[in-house]
Amino acid sequence: MKLSERLKDDPWLFRIASRAEGALDSAGPAERRKAINTEIVSLTYEKAEQIARAVVKPLPGKNRDLTLRLDDLLTSRWFGLPIMLLGLGLIFWMTIVGANVPGEYLSVALFWIGDQLSRLFQWAGAPDWLHGFLVEGVYRGMAWVVSVMLPPMAIFFPIFTLLEDAGYLPRVAFNMDRLFKAAGAHGKQALTMAMGFGCNAAAIVSTRIIESPRERMIAILTNNFVPCNGRWPILITLSILFVGGAVAAGWGTAASTAVVVGFVLIGVMVTLAVSWGLSRTMLKGIPSSFTLELPPYRRPQVGRTIIRSIHDRTLYVLWRAVRMAAPAGAITWLMANITVDGTSLLAMTAGWLDPFGRSLGMDGMILLAFILGLPANEIVLPILIMGYVSAGTMIELDSLAALKHLLVDQHGWTWVTALNVMLFSLLHYPCGTTLQVIYGETKSIKWTAVAALLPLSIAVGVTFTVNQLVQWMGWV
Amino acid sequence: MEYECCASAQPWVQFGVEHSDGPIIALAGNPNVGKTTIFNALTGMRQHTGNWPGKTVKQARGSYLYRSIRFTVVDLPGTFSLLSHSSDEQVARDFLVFGRPSATIIVVDATRLERNLNLALQVLEITDRAVVALNMIDEARNKMEIDVEQLQKELGVPVVPTVARRKKGLDKLMQTVYELTCEGLPTSPLRLTYPRHIEEAVQRVEPLLKEELPPWVNARWLALRLVEGDVSSLRSLARYAAPAEKGVTAL
Repeated sequence: MKLSERLKDDPWLFRIASRAEGALDSAGPAERRKAINTEIVSLTYEKAEQIARAVVKPLPGKNRDLTLRLDDLLTSRWFGLPIMLLGLGLIFWMTIVGANVPGEYLSVALFWIGDQLSRLFQWAGAPDWLHGFLVEGVYRGMAWVVSVMLPPMAIFFPIFTLLEDAGYLPRVAFNMDRLFKAAGAHGKQALTMAMGFGCNAAAIVSTRIIESPRERMIAILTNNFVPCNGRWPILITLSILFVGGAVAAGWGTAASTAVVVGFVLIGVMVTLAVSWGLSRTMLKGIPSSFTLELPPYRRPQVGRTIIRSIHDRTLYVLWRAVRMAAPAGAITWLMANITVDGTSLLAMTAGWLDPFGRSLGMDGMILLAFILGLPANEIVLPILIMGYVSAGTMIELDSLAALKHLLVDQHGWTWVTALNVMLFSLLHYPCGTTLQVIYGETKSIKWTAVAALLPLSIAVGVTFTVNQLVQWMGWV
Repeated sequence: MEYECCASAQPWVQFGVEHSDGPIIALAGNPNVGKTTIFNALTGMRQHTGNWPGKTVKQARGSYLYRSIRFTVVDLPGTFSLLSHSSDEQVARDFLVFGRPSATIIVVDATRLERNLNLALQVLEITDRAVVALNMIDEARNKMEIDVEQLQKELGVPVVPTVARRKKGLDKLMQTVYELTCEGLPTSPLRLTYPRHIEEAVQRVEPLLKEELPPWVNARWLALRLVEGDVSSLRSLARYAAPAEKGVTAL
């Protein structure tokens, strides 16, 4: 839009801007002026660098600053991004390997508590429905969430926080800046995106660091495309089940890690693509420049960081998940136990959704789990399992093998089903909390709706295409 | 009275600064360069804090006495630049451009000169009454040699090495501020020459801005903002420098 049009409300500014435009238009095409802001910024930087070089002489015999040497490598044009990906892979690998053992102990312990609760109810002579509702619905829902989510989060978050403390995250933004700029978005979006790996709702709040409303909106609308905590478990679990088991022994973890990194890459690519699309349609404009401080690297205070991140992030997110899981577990239990003509509400709804689910390479129960999981993504998998098992409650699955048996042998999952579930989970829509935060930040029902429906249509489009392609090629 | 030479009839109220008899000094700099340490060392206990009018940005101001003149120091938010548009940067920029401080102290971290000079250059585009406080010079001298004379020559404004934490160089800094505000110490701040297409555009816009604007507004600076299509600085122009004929008369 022309400058003068944006200043219409103030006659004096409008006059100044119109006169200036009159003078400028005779000077040449407006396109040439588009990049002037960037030119001015970079010229200022060049001059600052030039003066600093002329004035400062490093003392002989002193090593170059460690930060500078590290930055040469970590933010280099060629190695910056690959090193970043390797690091990301390493974090996932440690998470997958490390989460296995405590996860099993935890679920054993939590379900033991569940059994004791059942005994307590029996001893007190409580009615069956109350026991079912509270223990099999509410408690098991929470127990599932805790045992599935706590171990990976207790490993993933502290490592992530350590990197943050060491000063690596701004380098990530630096490396990604070019990509985001090319997509017409703001370089700081790389930071809010990274935050989204933890929690999309927190990331939406963090988009406040982007001052331009246009670029901020792009960051808000696309944040959903990186997997948050609630979605890591489904991605990690399914990749262990369907990829880890399919390759030679000993390589399972590596292969699962590669798949999870692959999904992150897909998420980032979708983020960039959608940002690009938005900045050319609904949110037109050119990216604004910004200054990013690359603070010196510091040795993180390991002990304190781990304690702080477990407290601030792990337990915070977990508590949220538990609060969401309790009512969702209750609703799911009700739906599974209220029957009409001998069929449970859960089965009826799933049956009704089934044709649509099948066209996306999934089934009705999976879609229903995604719908019921709207309040919190972390309960999608528990709801799904609960819907699948005939007992109508979230039974205890003592091992991944039992889960695989349930999915593959009893409900006919193939690698295509797993792939589509993972894709749908990655893309579908932000959770209820995130949508609430988006509304709080944008104060607009329209943009909140876009934030939900845009990803949903992409998720439906992608899974539909993948499924049709696979069927057509006869790969299954 | 001696200090009348450096008093100014600015409507400081617009910037949340109460009326002051003496000169107003702006304190600019990147975050974490010891700007606040310098502010505290200069003003001691004589400080007020509040918000910038209409912003959620914190404003700290204080004063000190030098040669029986009371200098009021306004601590601008620490920013990396004045070009992009966070509210911190906008506050700092607006005060420098439209608040007409009698002098500006630009605090730079001597150990990270290259990064800090970026802001210094942008401030020098706005004002010529500025002094650079080359802070943490002790730390810098352990690692490198800094040619202060050369830096002063390049920037065209006085450069005073300081160690704010140990209150070193502050006397010289206050003296330089005094010379700038009250004795008309001449400066010739570095102004960048931009590529030809930008300079040509500026040359077209600048004269017509001079017709419209009050004479104290830096027309070249504003012309550059117009050429790069920056709406926010024009909004600030209307807010702080609109002519009286618009119907708003100063009280």
